[in-house]
Amino acid sequence: MAGKFQSASGLKQVRGLGSAKSGVHHWWLQRVTAVGTFALALWFVASLILLPNLDHSSVVAWVGQPLVAVPLLLLTLSVFWHARLGVQVLIEDYVHGEGLKLLAVVALNFFILGVGAIAFFSIARIAFGA
Amino acid sequence: MASRPLSPHLSIWKWRVHAITSITHRITGNGLAFAGLSAFAWWLAAAATSREAYETFQAFAGSIFGWILWVGLSWAFFQHLLSGIRHLLMDTGWGYDLGVAKASATWTWVGSVLLTAAFWGVILFGKGVF
Repeated sequence: MAGKFQSASGLKQVRGLGSAKSGVHHWWLQRVTAVGTFALALWFVASLILLPNLDHSSVVAWVGQPLVAVPLLLLTLSVFWHARLGVQVLIEDYVHGEGLKLLAVVALNFFILGVGAIAFFSIARIAFGA
Repeated sequence: MASRPLSPHLSIWKWRVHAITSITHRITGNGLAFAGLSAFAWWLAAAATSREAYETFQAFAGSIFGWILWVGLSWAFFQHLLSGIRHLLMDTGWGYDLGVAKASATWTWVGSVLLTAAFWGVILFGKGVF
C-alpha cells in the first residue's frame, strides 16, 4: 500500500472499466490536450507580448504567416477539446438527473463545435489571404 | 442518487489551501472555457471580418469591462496552468504528503499572481500595447 492508491474493485480491474463505463479514455485525452494546450498557449501568450501592437493590420499580418496560422489552428483544436472534456466533468459532477445532464452535455458540444469552428475558420480565412 | 458510497458532503471539508486550489482549478478552467474561448473566437472572427468589426472588438477590449475581463482571464490562465502542472505531477504519484501538497498548492497562488503581474508589467511598461 505504501504510497500507492488501491481504489479499483476486483471486477473493475478485470474489465478495465470504472463507473464512467468507458475506461480511462476521457481522463487520458484530458491529459494529452493539457500538454498540447500548455505548449501552444505559452507560445500564444509570449507572441501577444512580443507583437509590437495589436491593431487590425498587425494581427492580420501576424496570423497570415504559415508558421503562425498552423500553431494557432492546433492551439484552437487542442484548447477547445480540452475545454469540452473539462466542462463535461463539471456537468457530470453537478447536474443531477439523466435528462438534464444529457441536455447539458449536448449543449456543451454545440457550444464547443460552434465557437471552435468560428475560431478555426477565421484563422484559415486570414491565412488564405481574404 | 446512487446507493454506492459517495464523497463526503461539502460542509464536512475544512477549507485549507489545497482544497481551495482544487476548486479554483475547476472554476478557472470553466471560466476560461466559456469567457476565454468566446473572447478568443470573437477576436479572431473580428480580425477575419473587417477593420470595422475589429474596431468594435477593440472598443470593447479597451472598456472598463474589457480590462476587468483581460486581467481576470490572464490570472485565471496562469492559475489554471500552474495548478494543472501540479495535477500532472500528482498523476505520477508525486506530492501526496500533506506538507508537500500544501506547499505546492500555495506556490500555484504565488506563481499565478507573480506571472499575471509580470505579464501586464511587460505589456504596460515595456510595450504600451493598448
